[in-house]
Amino acid sequence: MSEEHYYLELCENPVQFENASSVNNVFFDEANKQVFAVRSGGATGVVVKGPEDKSSVAFRMDDKGEVKCIKFSIGNKILAVQRTPKSVDFINFIPDYPHLEFSQECKMKNASILGFCWTNWNEIVFITDQGIEFYQVLPDKRSLKLLKSQSINVNWYMYCPETAVILLSTTFQGNVLQPFAFKSGTMSKMSKFEIELPVVPKPAKLNLSERDIAVANMEGSCKKTNVLKLNTTGKFALNVVDNLVVVHHQSTQTSIIFDIKLREPDCALNVHQPVLPPRSIHPYRIPLTGPSAVPSQPPVPCELYSSSWSVFQPDIIISASEGYQWYLQVKLPPTVNLLQDKGKLIDFLLRRRDCKMVILSVCSQMLNGEDKGSLPVVATVFDKLNQVFKEYLEAEQTYTVAMESGPSRGSTARERPVRTQAVIDQSDMYTHVLSSFTEKKDVSHKFIIAVLMEYIRSLNQVQITVQHYLYELVIKTLVHHSLFYMLHQFLQYHVLSDSKPLACLLLSLEGTYPAAHQLSLDMLKRLSTANDEIVEVLLSKQQVLGALRFIRSVGGNDNISARKFLDAALQTADQMLFYTIFRFFEQRNLRLRGSPSFNPGEHCEEHVVYFKQVFGEQALMKQATV
Amino acid sequence: MISIFLCCSPRMASGMQEKQYTPSLLSFFVYNPSFGSREGEEEKKILFYHPSEVEKNEKIRNVGLCEAIVQFTRTFCPTKPAKSLHTQKNRQFFFEAEDSFWIVMVVRNPMVEKPNKDGRPPTIEYQEEEILDTVYGAVLRECYSMYKLFNGTFGRAMEAGGVELLMQKLDKFFYRYLQTLHLQSCDLLDVFGGIAFFPLDKMTYLKIQSFVNRVEESLSLIKYTAFLYNDQLIWSGLEQDDMRILYKYLTTSLFPRHSEPELAGRDSPLRPEVAGNLLHYGRFLTGPANLKDPEAKFRFPRIFVNTEDSYEELHLIVYKAMSAAVCFMISASVELTREFCEQLDGLVGPQLTLLASDICEQYNVNRRISGPDKEPQFKFIYFNHMNLAEKSTIHMRKTASVSLTSVHPDLMKILGDINCDFARVDEDEEIIVKAMTDYWVVGKKSDQRELYVILNQKNANLIEVNDGERAMDCFTTLKLSALQGVMTASV
Repeated sequence: MSEEHYYLELCENPVQFENASSVNNVFFDEANKQVFAVRSGGATGVVVKGPEDKSSVAFRMDDKGEVKCIKFSIGNKILAVQRTPKSVDFINFIPDYPHLEFSQECKMKNASILGFCWTNWNEIVFITDQGIEFYQVLPDKRSLKLLKSQSINVNWYMYCPETAVILLSTTFQGNVLQPFAFKSGTMSKMSKFEIELPVVPKPAKLNLSERDIAVANMEGSCKKTNVLKLNTTGKFALNVVDNLVVVHHQSTQTSIIFDIKLREPDCALNVHQPVLPPRSIHPYRIPLTGPSAVPSQPPVPCELYSSSWSVFQPDIIISASEGYQWYLQVKLPPTVNLLQDKGKLIDFLLRRRDCKMVILSVCSQMLNGEDKGSLPVVATVFDKLNQVFKEYLEAEQTYTVAMESGPSRGSTARERPVRTQAVIDQSDMYTHVLSSFTEKKDVSHKFIIAVLMEYIRSLNQVQITVQHYLYELVIKTLVHHSLFYMLHQFLQYHVLSDSKPLACLLLSLEGTYPAAHQLSLDMLKRLSTANDEIVEVLLSKQQVLGALRFIRSVGGNDNISARKFLDAALQTADQMLFYTIFRFFEQRNLRLRGSPSFNPGEHCEEHVVYFKQVFGEQALMKQATV
Repeated sequence: MISIFLCCSPRMASGMQEKQYTPSLLSFFVYNPSFGSREGEEEKKILFYHPSEVEKNEKIRNVGLCEAIVQFTRTFCPTKPAKSLHTQKNRQFFFEAEDSFWIVMVVRNPMVEKPNKDGRPPTIEYQEEEILDTVYGAVLRECYSMYKLFNGTFGRAMEAGGVELLMQKLDKFFYRYLQTLHLQSCDLLDVFGGIAFFPLDKMTYLKIQSFVNRVEESLSLIKYTAFLYNDQLIWSGLEQDDMRILYKYLTTSLFPRHSEPELAGRDSPLRPEVAGNLLHYGRFLTGPANLKDPEAKFRFPRIFVNTEDSYEELHLIVYKAMSAAVCFMISASVELTREFCEQLDGLVGPQLTLLASDICEQYNVNRRISGPDKEPQFKFIYFNHMNLAEKSTIHMRKTASVSLTSVHPDLMKILGDINCDFARVDEDEEIIVKAMTDYWVVGKKSDQRELYVILNQKNANLIEVNDGERAMDCFTTLKLSALQGVMTASV
C-alpha cells in the first residue's frame, strides 16, 4: 500500500510509559490527559506522563491497598486516589503544604463510589451509585467541605473536562442521561435526555453502557439529529479529530470518518454517510529502545486495533499492554484522491485545520495534467474558496467598523476574526497556483484564459476587488499569444478594472498594439487622478495642442509649466504650433499678472528668443496700455 | 481647429412635377488585365459582368476604359492609382481587390427630371456632386469582403479550379448579392463599417465569457464563438476585420430574414420542448430549421477567415434563443452530424435561454436607471476607429431591404462631407455647419474617435453653437447621457 492510501495515523512521538503488568497498574485521566503508571500500589513509584514534559511527575506513595482510580487536580496541585468503594484519599502537591494523606468518605450511606472528577484545582465531584457529591478541598486544613449533593440512581457516568459537564446514566435501561454542569463552586442540573435504543430488550436490562457514548467538543452546534450511518455491526470506538468523527471498527480493523457539517443533499434528517471509504490507520512501527535494542534491528510493527487499546476523547489512543499513548491524526493529502467530487472535497478540506496547502495543491491538480477538471468544476471550486474568503473579509470589515466606532454600550467586546487556513486569498492563489499554471507549455492558452476569467468572475460575484497582478497575468497571457482583440474587448467591458499600473502596462504595449494607446489614455481619464500622466503621455506623442486642450478641460491650465509645453512645441518643428502655444502662454501671463512677458522663474528665455527670430520682435504681444 | 461652414442645399424646391431619381447601380464587373493580354483575347480578362446581358464588345470596351484610366493615373502616382472617375451621368469606382484583380462599380448619379411645357421632352439634371467617393468606395470594398467571407480569395479559387471555378463563384455570389445592394440608402455608416456593441455590466459580461468558454470546452470542435444580443455584439473570438464583415452579414442579412417571419407571427420561436426540465427557446438560424425533422439537412454556410495568414474555412452555425444569438465556427474539414447538432442544442439551448433573460433583465434595470426614453434634442453618429464601435441615433432599425434614417438625406450628405475633411488631416478637428432649415451639424474628431451631432434648435445662433465650451459641453453631455450605453462599455 502506498503512502497515499492511509488518511489516519498515530502521532510520531507517543507518550511512553511502563506497560501494564501484574505489578504495574496503568490509569488515564481524561481531564489532564495524564497516564499514571502505579507500581506495587505506589510503593515502588508512580510515574505520571502528560502531553507535555512539564506535566510529567514521578513520586512514591505508601501502598495502602490496590489503587482503583488516581487523578491530579488541575495544575497537579492535589492528588486524589481511590482505593476503597467508600472513600477517596488526598495528597497535597502544593509546596510548603503538609504532605500527609487525608481521606474523605462519601456522605450517603450504603453508597459505593463509582469514581470522581476534578472540576477545578480544588473542587471535586464524587459519583456514587446513589448520587453525586460536590466538594471543595481545603489542602491547608487537610479536609473537604461539601458544597452540594444530589440523590439520583446512577448506572455509570461520563465526564467532559472541557465543559466540566458530568453525564449520569439513570433509569433501569440506562438510556436516560442527566447532565450536570460545574462552575466555580456551583453545580447546575441541566435538562435530561433520552437515547433511543434500536431494540428494547425483554426482559429490560441495562442496555446502554459508557462504551456506547462519547462526549466531545465540536465546532458549531452538534444537533442530536445527526445520525452516523455505520453500515456495519460490531464493536466501535470513537475519536474526534479536526472536527471529524472517527469511528474505529475493531473486527474489520478499519476506521471511517464522518463530517457532521457536510450536508447530504438528499436527506431531510442529518443522516451522514462516511466521507471517505474505510481505511486502516497507517501502519505503525515501534522503535526498539532500551539495552536490548540493536541499532540495525528494524522496528517492530505495532498491532493496530488491538483489544488492549483504549480510546479516549478527543483523539487519544492508549495501548496499555505496550505502554504507549498516541494522538490520532488525520492526514489530508491522501483524501484528495479518495474524494472524486471536487466540490465535496473542497467543502471537506475547507473545514480542516491544516488545509491551505492541500487545497492549493487540489487547485493546481485540477488545472494540470490528466486529472484536469472541466471549467464548471473549476468554477465551483473557485466559488467555494471565494465564498470563505469573502466571509472572512466581511467579518474583518465589521470588526474594523466596530473598533472605529468605539466600544458601544451593551455590546460585548468583539473579537478580531481569526484568519484560518481556509481563507485563501488572491495572493495565495497567484503564488501557488495561477502564476505557474500560466507558464505551462502543455496547456492550451484558451484554457488558461478561461481559467483566469473564471477566477475573476468568481471574485466579482462575491464583490471582491481583483488585484492588479491577476489582470497583469491575463494581459501577459493574451499578449503572449497576440490575442490583442480579445484584450481590447475585455477592457471595453471593464473586465480588467481601471488602475494607473494597468494604464501604464497598456501604454507599454503600444509598440505591438497601437490601439493600446487609446485604451490607456481613456483609462487614465476615467481614473481622473492621473491628469499629469495624461499630459505627459500626450506631450511625448507630440500632441501639444491635445495636451493643452485636455489640461484646460480639467481646469489645470493656470498651473502648468509653460516651458514644458514650449519645449514640446519646439520639438515638433511646426512653427505655427509654436506660435499658437506661445501666444496661449502670453495670454495666460497677461491674465494672471497683467503682463504678457514671462517671469524669469519660468525659464522661457530661449523660447522668447526663438519666437523673435522666427516671427519678429513686433509679433510679441504688447503690454496693454491704459 | 474649428472650422465653420455655411452650407446651402443645391436642391431648390421649384416645379411641382419634378421627378427625383436616386443613385442606382449601372454596372459591376470584375476583371484581371493579365488574363487576356493578347490582342483579340480581351474577353478573357472579364471574370464577371453585371448586367450580363450587355453586349460582349461593350463589356470589353468598358473594361478597357477602366484599365486605361488606372494605367494612366499610375504614371502620376504608381502606388495610388485612381479610385474613381466622375462623369456627368455616372461615377465609376475602381478597386484592386487582389493582385491584378479589379472590381469596378458604376453608379448612376442622382438626377432630377423636370417636365417641360409644350410636350418637349423633360430636362434631366444630373446631380453629380451629390454622391460621395468615400461612401461608395466603402460599399465597393464591402462587396469584395462579403464575397471573400463566403468564398475565400480570388487567388485560392484560381489555385483550386482555375478561372472557370472563379467565374462560377463570382457569378453565383454576385448574382444574388447585387440585388441586395441599396445604393440609394448608403451613407456615412457604410464608410465606417462599424460594429454596435451591446452595453453590459461587468458581471453579466463575465457570465457570458464563462458560458462561451464552457461551451468551447465541452464541444471542442468549436474554434471560434461570437455572442450578440439585440443585434449588437458582446463578444467576438474572431479577429476584428473578420468580425466586422460577419457582423455586417448577420445584422443586415441573416437576422432580418429571420426576424421578419417572427414579427409576422409565423415560424414562432416558442418551442414547447423540454430539455433537462427546462423549456428552452434555442433554435438554429443556419442549418436545420427543425432538429426533429427526419429529413433535416445538417449543412451550414461556410465562411473564410484569417485569409491573410492561416486561411481557415469554417462552418457557420448561428444559434439563437430569444434576443441572444451565438455564432459557433467549426473547421469545415469536420462533417457536422445530427448527433453534434442535437448535442449542441441540448447544451446551449437551456443555458442561452437563461443568459438571454439575465441580459434582458440587466438591460431593463439600466434603462430604468437612465430614465425613460426621451426624445433627445439632438441626433448623433459616433464611431471609434480603434475598436470599430459605432452608435447611431439617426438610423432606425435595419432590415434586409432597406436602412432607414430619420434625417433628411441632405444632412447625411453634410455628415459625409465632414468625414471627408476629417480624413484629410491627422489632427483633432471640430467642424460646425449651419445647414438649411434650422439644423446645425457639429462634427468632432478626437484621436481615433469621430462624433457627428445634428442639432435642431430654431433659436440657436452661430455664436451659441460656435462657442467652444458649448460644443465641448455638447460632446461631454453626449458622453454622459445619450452615449451612456456605449460608454458603459467604454467603446
